Amino acid sequence: MTIKDEDVDRAFKRDLLAALPNLRAFAVSLTGRHDKADDLVQDTIMKAWANQKSFTAGTNMRAWLFTILRNEFYSQMRKRGREVQDTDGLFSERFAVHPEQYGRLDLQDFRKALDTLPDDQREAIILVGAAGFAYEEAATICGCAVGTIKSRVSRARTRLQELLGVSGEGDFGPDPGDAAITARAFGS
Amino acid sequence: MSDDETRKKDKMTSLHSNNPRPGAMQPNASISRKLREFYDAVQEEGIPDRFLELLERLEEAEKNAKSVKMK
Repeated sequence: MTIKDEDVDRAFKRDLLAALPNLRAFAVSLTGRHDKADDLVQDTIMKAWANQKSFTAGTNMRAWLFTILRNEFYSQMRKRGREVQDTDGLFSERFAVHPEQYGRLDLQDFRKALDTLPDDQREAIILVGAAGFAYEEAATICGCAVGTIKSRVSRARTRLQELLGVSGEGDFGPDPGDAAITARAFGS
Repeated sequence: MSDDETRKKDKMTSLHSNNPRPGAMQPNASISRKLREFYDAVQEEGIPDRFLELLERLEEAEKNAKSVKMK
């Protein structure tokens, strides 16, 4: 093993580690659960390690890892069939009916809303809106056209706004306690 | 949303209408912010030990495999 090989190996591990928190957040977004997400990340690390020769040093390690994780996620889903998550479903219904009671969005509510999006829309809005990928990179990761990613992101935004009852003023609305008082004041 | 609820919401928000409300103009802004908040919360958890240990093991296994090959 030459010194150069060792450098390449070290760089590979370093870049892999650097990408892990982001990769893990993507896994949580896809699976909706930490335990499943971590299993998925573990499978991805092992796949990436076994295939490190196929990674071209100096290219986009993050996009490469995200592609592996995404492929792994969908192939596992196809094998197992999607498991029904009762609690999430119930929660989604409950908050979707009364979002305006809460002047601001609770993070937990947001996560549940995210879970109700179709998979293709959820991954698109996560990749572009949170993971920090350009539309082009997201398209490569998902194996589709840039225009497709753009339209999925747009539909995801619209759907989240509907689900969460966000029309802008939500951000500046009253606290839940104040909202109850206000609601009484207006005789509802 | 029913008309009644819409009116109620309008009344409620009118209490806060003294200040300019940029969010009202950009409904996407709050979705985007929430998305990043959710995502960042997971990122900030850092790297669980199991992954560090896994990488150690993979590295160790690779070294061993290579030294066997060299012999």
